[in-house]
Amino acid sequence: MAILVVAEHDNENLKDATHKTVTAALAIGGDVDVLVAGKGVKDVAAEAAKIAGVRKVLACDHVSLKRQLAEAMQEVIVPLMDGYDAVLAPDTTTGKNFMPRIAAVLDVMQISSISGVESADTFVRPIYAGNAMATVKSSDAKKVITVRPTAFAAAAEGGSASVETIADPASPANSEFISEELSKSDRPELTAAKIVISGGRGMGSGENFAIIEKVADKLGAAVGASRAAVDAGYVPNDYQVGQTGKVVAPELYIAVGISGAIQHLAGMKDSKVIVAINKDEDAPIFQIADYGWVADLFNAVPELEAELAKAGY
Amino acid sequence: MKVLVPVKRVLDYNVKVRVKSDESGVDLANVKMSMNPFDEISVEQAVRMQEAGTATETIAVSIGPDKAQETIRTSLAMGLDRGIHVKTDEEVEPLAVAKILKAIVEEEKPDLVILGKQAIDDDSNQTGQMLAALMGWPQATFAYSMEQDGNSLTVGREVDGGIQTIKVNLPTVITVDLRLNEPRYASLPNIMKAKRKPIDAKTTDDYGVDISPRLTTVKVAEPAGRTAGVKVADAAELVGKLKSEGVI
Repeated sequence: MAILVVAEHDNENLKDATHKTVTAALAIGGDVDVLVAGKGVKDVAAEAAKIAGVRKVLACDHVSLKRQLAEAMQEVIVPLMDGYDAVLAPDTTTGKNFMPRIAAVLDVMQISSISGVESADTFVRPIYAGNAMATVKSSDAKKVITVRPTAFAAAAEGGSASVETIADPASPANSEFISEELSKSDRPELTAAKIVISGGRGMGSGENFAIIEKVADKLGAAVGASRAAVDAGYVPNDYQVGQTGKVVAPELYIAVGISGAIQHLAGMKDSKVIVAINKDEDAPIFQIADYGWVADLFNAVPELEAELAKAGY
Repeated sequence: MKVLVPVKRVLDYNVKVRVKSDESGVDLANVKMSMNPFDEISVEQAVRMQEAGTATETIAVSIGPDKAQETIRTSLAMGLDRGIHVKTDEEVEPLAVAKILKAIVEEEKPDLVILGKQAIDDDSNQTGQMLAALMGWPQATFAYSMEQDGNSLTVGREVDGGIQTIKVNLPTVITVDLRLNEPRYASLPNIMKAKRKPIDAKTTDDYGVDISPRLTTVKVAEPAGRTAGVKVADAAELVGKLKSEGVI
């Protein structure tokens, strides 16, 4: 069995989601190659070659791939699939965008967002926002799979795969990139952070997120938010943790002023340790929190910050 | 332009999901079903385009059992012009849905197909992209904003790091995210009016599409539960606990 993993990267750095997708590919079993498609991806390809268990890295360097738009990714991946039995990509917004195109062209029913590998054709995936886990078996000759990165450990470094440059793809003409407005932050990325602290509607305003940010700075944590806080306009939408936002599974998740709607829980309940700070002791978030602190967040969060300072953080 | 709006009938998002005790699936007997919330946003967008004069005809399409007609009626009450109901009692996977939609697109020749980014039942997030690929059309998924600009659309997309703006030529497929608009409630007069709007009755056979599933559901189980832990009284106790867990 030969498996192609499509790397997640920004032309400069390889993203951790790639390592996790390689783990899922290795669990299926067989030869695992990594495709790095982008513009100026020499360094990213070299990084991918260091992932343990990877047979070879295919580098495709072309201006049409700079933003990894779906139509351009299709032009690269589909021709490669003659040589592979399965293609896997992380279920990030990039992977979710291009993978179903590959599946449709190959006449394959994609298996989205898997959280477990049972065998080479059987996978576990969350449905109904994680309220049920479906085990599905695919009868398609080739498999097209997106992988939920938080459900798999990152593959180790230490490999020394060869890097092969592949031919330029055809450039699709009917879509073009205009601009990108990415949130700038010195904090770690939400989906990759070891600690996440999120605020909900209880924060009351965007300015009040400052008290959360202070704790985040002490712990080197990423800052997130519930959909209620995003919809209220307190913070930008890319802060959103939940089924329709980002799915995170850090070592420590601190939920501040978040009641615990199902859609939020679906995005964070796989965190190792969950702390909830909320003044409503009946808030559903306490039913899944390892440590619950019933308190007014405007007193509790500064107190937590002071306590961390005292402990040398 | 002519706009096609696929809609799906799903378990209402407020209903608690119950896994059947034999693990064969989720219990959908006698529970409230509604239009997929993401599809409400695409219907709203199509209606707004009609009100703004950019859409000349808007067509809802739903694939499913007799009850799927209710979902089409809801979209007609929100303002779409007419419906197409493709009847089947089978569960239809996104790949087969995309093939049926392709057949409808070839018949109706819309300039734009706009649909929800995913359905909240199977959470696949595939249909729009698959349809675009089968048609050889461009796509703009997870739309946050959209503006027509001659023969193309400029679409702001919700991506992991923020907003990405792309331009796609018509005809195209757009899948919508939550913040594109706030869907309206249908007014009573519009609900009455919707009853007189036409719905074409079709079956999957009419389109010659093989809908046999590629995936077999082995089982559907409850997710691993978490149980409530302990309450802490103050910051010192919390920091102590987190230190002993080794997470800070």
